[in-house]
Amino acid sequence: MTGNHQTLALLLFSAFVAVTLAITTWVSRNRHGSAEEFYAGGRLFSPMENGFAIAGDYMSAASFLGVTGLIALFGYDGLLYVVGFLVAWLVVLFLVAELVRNCGRFTIADVVAARMSERPVRIAMGTSSVTVSVLYLVAQMVGAGSLVALLVGSTSEVARTWAVIGVGALMVIYVSMGGMRATTWIQIVKAVLLLAGAMALTVLVLLRFHGDFDQLLRAAAQRSGHGDAFLVPGLKYGGDWTARFDFISLGLALVLGTAGLPHILSRFYTVPTARAARRSAVWSIGLIGSFYLMTIVLGFGAAAIVGPEAVRRSNAAGNTAVPLLALDLGGGADSTGGTVLFAFVAAIAFATILAVVAGITLASSASVAHDLYASLRRRHAKPRSEVAVARMAAVGIGVVAIALGLLARDLNVAFLVGLAFAVAASANLPALLYSLFWRSFTTRGAVWAVYGGLVPALVLVVLSPVVSGSPTSLFPGVDFQYFPLQNPGLVSIPLGFLAGWLGTVTSAEPPDEARHAETEVRSLTGAGAV
Amino acid sequence: MDGTGAPAPVVPPARREHEGRSGGAADVYLEVQRSAAFQEVRSRYRRFVVPGVAVFFTWYVGYVVTATTAPALMARPVAGAVNVAMLAGLGQFLTTFLFTWAYARHARLRRDRAALDLRWDTQELTRSVRGGER
Repeated sequence: MTGNHQTLALLLFSAFVAVTLAITTWVSRNRHGSAEEFYAGGRLFSPMENGFAIAGDYMSAASFLGVTGLIALFGYDGLLYVVGFLVAWLVVLFLVAELVRNCGRFTIADVVAARMSERPVRIAMGTSSVTVSVLYLVAQMVGAGSLVALLVGSTSEVARTWAVIGVGALMVIYVSMGGMRATTWIQIVKAVLLLAGAMALTVLVLLRFHGDFDQLLRAAAQRSGHGDAFLVPGLKYGGDWTARFDFISLGLALVLGTAGLPHILSRFYTVPTARAARRSAVWSIGLIGSFYLMTIVLGFGAAAIVGPEAVRRSNAAGNTAVPLLALDLGGGADSTGGTVLFAFVAAIAFATILAVVAGITLASSASVAHDLYASLRRRHAKPRSEVAVARMAAVGIGVVAIALGLLARDLNVAFLVGLAFAVAASANLPALLYSLFWRSFTTRGAVWAVYGGLVPALVLVVLSPVVSGSPTSLFPGVDFQYFPLQNPGLVSIPLGFLAGWLGTVTSAEPPDEARHAETEVRSLTGAGAV
Repeated sequence: MDGTGAPAPVVPPARREHEGRSGGAADVYLEVQRSAAFQEVRSRYRRFVVPGVAVFFTWYVGYVVTATTAPALMARPVAGAVNVAMLAGLGQFLTTFLFTWAYARHARLRRDRAALDLRWDTQELTRSVRGGER
């Protein structure tokens, strides 16, 4: 790492920050301070704009850096991740996007609470939404820390600490000043940059192999030292049955978790109608799908051009595969082309972390203000004061995320993201699907569904090898490991659905026929939607 | 308004004689829910979505389970370095795009017009009910 890289990357990154801060001030200049505007950007975005913003929210640093790194190190097993991330969007498109847009105002809890008694449902859904968001946030913060370590060229604690604090401070500014409108524009800018960067690198990789994908695969397999085993599943998840079940668990969590992620669902409220929500989901599937196709080329390209040993030497988890690939494609470490390309990729990765973090913070501050605060205070807060609470919540969540990000800085990022997906799939999705599709679903069922997924997911993680009992766990010294899998999804997702069913059939309260009719009519026609 | 140019299939209107009937907005939603028009929209939605979800979910879970339990099958070469595993992975991408296209087309041609009509009717009904209360 030379000084040129750092200067250029920092310049490009500062330009991104300057542009987004300008957007934020421009947007907050003529705002009215209504909840509609703060949470949903006034619902004035077009499907294409929102599609780009959703894609921007979804293509996190874990996708760009983590997944390409996994492909570069483990070949085909990294590709399995990518497939799960994409197929999950069919669940969102078919079952969730339109119906949620029609039924809710700002958060997932709106949809479920419409049919139930409001307070317990809001508290439960708010709690699980904030939990998912904080897990996801911490993953991004940890990623920011390691990226800065690479950029500054030192693994010094001070640099990583300041990186996490800086990212946290910026996200609080974006969210509390600009609300949803500024956050959406930041996502759009970032999505365009990320797609352009990925496309440029993909073209360069394919040019290197004269457009021959087959030759690229052969070169990657040969360079990896595993031969043809690099191109089939099993390198990472092919060991004992625990590893295989772990992967099936992760696969389930990935495909079902997306539809329960609060920051993805709240994006569908930024468009005016359900039809626009559907069209933005279609846009985002197109963008995300093509992005992931490119990450496959980039991952195998990094294996073939940089080589897994060099990738591993730079970062054991493979997170730096893409920047290294860019350096090589541009002409090597000491060339101008390499410097420019590396700086460009590093700045994009940074921008990605910043934008995703802002999106999640906004969604979780909405949950705090709109669900938790409004229910726990037991009074009907006026919209004006609710926005003020949401701004304060953004600051509070920022502080919590910074603190946890500093604590967890040595934890595996991909694991944290997988965990966030597992919690979203076990706690949010059952309650959401039941209340949209099950006529006799009751309040008790909704509350049980949320806690019945949330609590097992968290408990199983505490009892898993991630926390104790193995050399790589959080507390290697002690051993209270009773659950063998790293990802709890395989057990906790069915438990969430089961608890929802059990709570419903055991509850004495009869389901409210009229409010179910209202939910059903509204979800499919959009009557009465804001 | 429809944006497709194609004529949406006609469904019977939801509006019935609502002059002089009592009851709040809740009754309106119950009435609309029981109307033939709404039942038709709902069954069109479900007839597409339920089999769709069943197919893609089975195909995805089958893919993940096969990849983790039967690597020998996945390793079978097809053409050059491309093997069954690679084709299955790209096949998942392809089917996701196909399902997305099919769903958007189905919703646009078979549901949107009828849902929009129902929306206006329902809102008119609730408005007249609310107006009567005042």
